[in-house]
Amino acid sequence: MIQYIIRRILLFIPTLFAITVISFIITRMAPGDPAELKAGAGGEGGQRANQQINEQIIKQIRAQWHLDKPIWYWTVLTDEKDNNGDLKSISDRLTFHWNGTQNGYHLWMADVLSGNFGNSYQDQRPVMEKILERLPITATLAIISTFLSFIIAIPIGIYSAAKQRENSKVDKSVSTTLFILYSLPNFWIATMLIIFFGGGDFLAWFPNNGLHGNDYPYGSWMANTGDLLWHIILPIFCYTYASLAYLSRQMRGSMLEVIRQDYIRTARAKGLSERIVVYKHALRNSLIPIITIMAGILPSLVGGSIILETIFSIPGIGLLEYNAILARDYPVVLASFMITAILTLAGILISDIMYSVADPRIAFSKREG
Amino acid sequence: MSNETKPYTEENEAGNQPLADTLVEPSNVGHEYLIGQQTSQPAPLPEVIPSGETVEESKRLAARKAVTQSFWSLVRHQYKKNRVAVYALYVVYFLFAVAILADVLANDKPLYANYKGTVYFPVFKQYLVDLSLDRWSPDLVTADWKDLDQSGDLKSAIWPPIRYSESNEDLENALTPPSSKHLLGTDGIGRDVLSGMIHGSRIALSIGFVSMFFAIIIGVVLGALAGFYGGWVDSLISRLIEIVFTLPIFFLIITIVAIVQQGSVWLIMVLIGITGWPGVARYTRGEFLRVRNMDFVSAATALGFKDARIVFRHVLPNSLAPVLVTAAFGIAGAILTEAGLSFLGFGVPPTVVTWGSVLNDARNDIHAWWLAVFPGLAIFLAVVAYNLVGDGLRDALDPRLRD
Repeated sequence: MIQYIIRRILLFIPTLFAITVISFIITRMAPGDPAELKAGAGGEGGQRANQQINEQIIKQIRAQWHLDKPIWYWTVLTDEKDNNGDLKSISDRLTFHWNGTQNGYHLWMADVLSGNFGNSYQDQRPVMEKILERLPITATLAIISTFLSFIIAIPIGIYSAAKQRENSKVDKSVSTTLFILYSLPNFWIATMLIIFFGGGDFLAWFPNNGLHGNDYPYGSWMANTGDLLWHIILPIFCYTYASLAYLSRQMRGSMLEVIRQDYIRTARAKGLSERIVVYKHALRNSLIPIITIMAGILPSLVGGSIILETIFSIPGIGLLEYNAILARDYPVVLASFMITAILTLAGILISDIMYSVADPRIAFSKREG
Repeated sequence: MSNETKPYTEENEAGNQPLADTLVEPSNVGHEYLIGQQTSQPAPLPEVIPSGETVEESKRLAARKAVTQSFWSLVRHQYKKNRVAVYALYVVYFLFAVAILADVLANDKPLYANYKGTVYFPVFKQYLVDLSLDRWSPDLVTADWKDLDQSGDLKSAIWPPIRYSESNEDLENALTPPSSKHLLGTDGIGRDVLSGMIHGSRIALSIGFVSMFFAIIIGVVLGALAGFYGGWVDSLISRLIEIVFTLPIFFLIITIVAIVQQGSVWLIMVLIGITGWPGVARYTRGEFLRVRNMDFVSAATALGFKDARIVFRHVLPNSLAPVLVTAAFGIAGAILTEAGLSFLGFGVPPTVVTWGSVLNDARNDIHAWWLAVFPGLAIFLAVVAYNLVGDGLRDALDPRLRD
C-alpha cells in the first residue's frame, strides 16, 4: 500500500510541473505591466511629477519580481533578416537562445519549492500569509455546508431508493426534485435570496453581505456567534443545496446498485424484514462510494467559491482570488492555482485510498493510476 | 461520425415500432448493430427507397431495417418511457426555435412595412444589408421605424411581437419594472429585458454547442488514441486528462479573460471547449478499451484493415453513445459557465446581451427583482433541460435499466 501511494505521488510530479508551467506562462503573457500599475498607483499622489524617478521605481519593481528576465529557459527568436539586412532562409530564421537558470520561471519555482510564494503585488505582504489569514473563513463555510449536505443527503438517498420498490412515484418525484435542485445555478439563487430576503423591496430577514454586523466584535460572545450565524445562513444555503442534491442522487444510485445484488436477495429470502435488509445489509456497502466523494471536497475547503464569496462579500479565499485577478496580482493568482491543484490531486489520491480501505475487494496492485 | 450513424437515426424516424420485446438479450444490442453494419457494408445502400422496388430489394431493405432498428430505435423507445426527459426535449426544441426566430420575435424593425408606396421587409432586408448584398436607401439608413409608424409615414406595417431590439437603449425608461410596454421590464440603460433574453438564447445555445463541438473533437480524438493504442500513448494522454481535471477551470478562464481584456463570444467558446474535453476523452477511452477487444475488431484486424479504417468504421460508431450523454451534460455546463462568467463581468463584451449579463445588472440594484428572476429562469430552464436530456439518454443507453 505504501508502495502504491509513493508511486501515485511520483506520478503527480509531471502533472504538477505542467500546471506550474501553464499557469506561469498564462500570467506572464498578460499585456499590461504590473510594475507600471504599481508605480502608477504609488505616483498618483505626486501627480507623477518626476518621470525619471517613476521609471526608476518601475525598474526596481521589475527586478524585484523578476519581470526583467526572460520567462522561460530558452527563447526562440524569429529574425527574418540577418545583420546585413538580407532575408534569411526559412530554416535559419528560428534561433534558440539558452537563458540558463536566470529566468522568471526558474526563480519563481525555486522560491515556491522553498515554501515562499512571493509577496503580493498589492500590499507587499507574503502571499502565504494572506491566504492563511483567509483560510479559516472559507474552510469553516465549506465544512459546515459539507456536514449539512451529508447528514441530509444520506437519509434522502436511502429513502428514495427504498421507496423505488413499493412506490415508484415517490422515488420519481424525489429524484426529479433533486435533479432540479442540482441544476439551479447557485449565483442565480444567491442573487434571488439577496433580492427577496436581503432587504430589497421585499423581505429584510437577513443581511446581504459580509460576515459581521456593526456590533462585532464588541458584543458578547453569544451575540457575536448569533450575528455570525445570522450572516451565514444565506451563503450556507447556497453552498449546500447543490452538493446536497448531488450526494442524494449518488446515495440513491449506490443503494439501488447494492439492493440488486445476490446477498440482498439472500437476506430477503431468509425472511428478514425490509428494514433490516436496508439498514443492516445494504446501507454499509452503499456508503462506500459516498465516503470517497468526501475527499473531493478538499479543494473547495481552500478554494472556496469565487462566485458565492463575491456575491455575499465573504472575505474568504474566493474573494481574495477574484480581487487578485482584477488587480493583476499574479503571485496570489499563481499561488491559488498551485494550492488548488495540489489539493485536487491529494483529494483524488485520498479518495482512492479510502475506497480500498472501505472495500477490501479492491486491490491496489490491479489499479492503474 | 455522422456518415455512420445518421442513416440509422433517419430510418428510425420513419418506423418507430417498439422492438424491445423482440430482443431477448439486451446486452447483445451493440453486437447486433455491428453485425448489421458489417453485412451491409459490401453493398452500398440507396438513401431513398425507390418507388418501383423489386421484391428482393424490399426484402433486403426490411431485413436491414430490422437490424438497424435494433440499437437506436431501442434507445428511442427507452427514452420515450421517461416522460420528464421527453418534456425536457420539448424545452430544448423550444429554446432552439426561440434562438432561430429571435430577430422575428423581438426587433425594432417591422416584419413588413409599406413606406411611401414601397413595400419593405425590414427585418429580412437587414440580413442582406449585414451580408452587404443590399443597402438601405439614404432616408432609411438611420431611420427609426417606430417614429415612422407613429408619424403615420407607414401606410401599413406588421410588427414583431416585441418591438425592441436587444440593444435599443432608452435612458428615460431605465430600470422600469415589468409593464405592458416592457413585459419583463428594462435594465440599467433602458434595454428591454425580454428582447435581451430572446436574443441571449442565441449566445447561450451557440456557446453550448460550439464549445462542446471543440470539446468533443479534442476529447474523442485523444480518448480514441489512448484507448485504441494503449501503452505510452495512453499514459501520456491520461496525464494530460489529469492535468486539465486538476486545474481550477473557472478560475483559469476568468484569469485568461481578465488578461486578454477584450472578451469575445469566440474566446469564451474556445476556452470552455479546450478545458471541457477531459470528460469526453475519458468516456471515449473507456469505450475504446471495451470495444477494442471485441470479436468483430479482431476480425477486422485479421482481415488486414488499416488502423484508421478499424477505428473510424468499426470502433468509433460503437463508442459514441456515451459521448452523446457527456455532450448533453457538457452543453448544460457550458451554458452555466458562460452565465457565471458574464455574471461576474468576465464574459462577453458589455454590448452583447446574454442571460448572465442581465443577471449581473441585478447585482447593481437590489430593487430590480425582474433583472434577477427572468434571466435566471432562462438559464435554469436551459441547464435543467439539457441535464435531463443527458440523464434520460444515459438511462436509455444503460442495458441494465431495460425491461
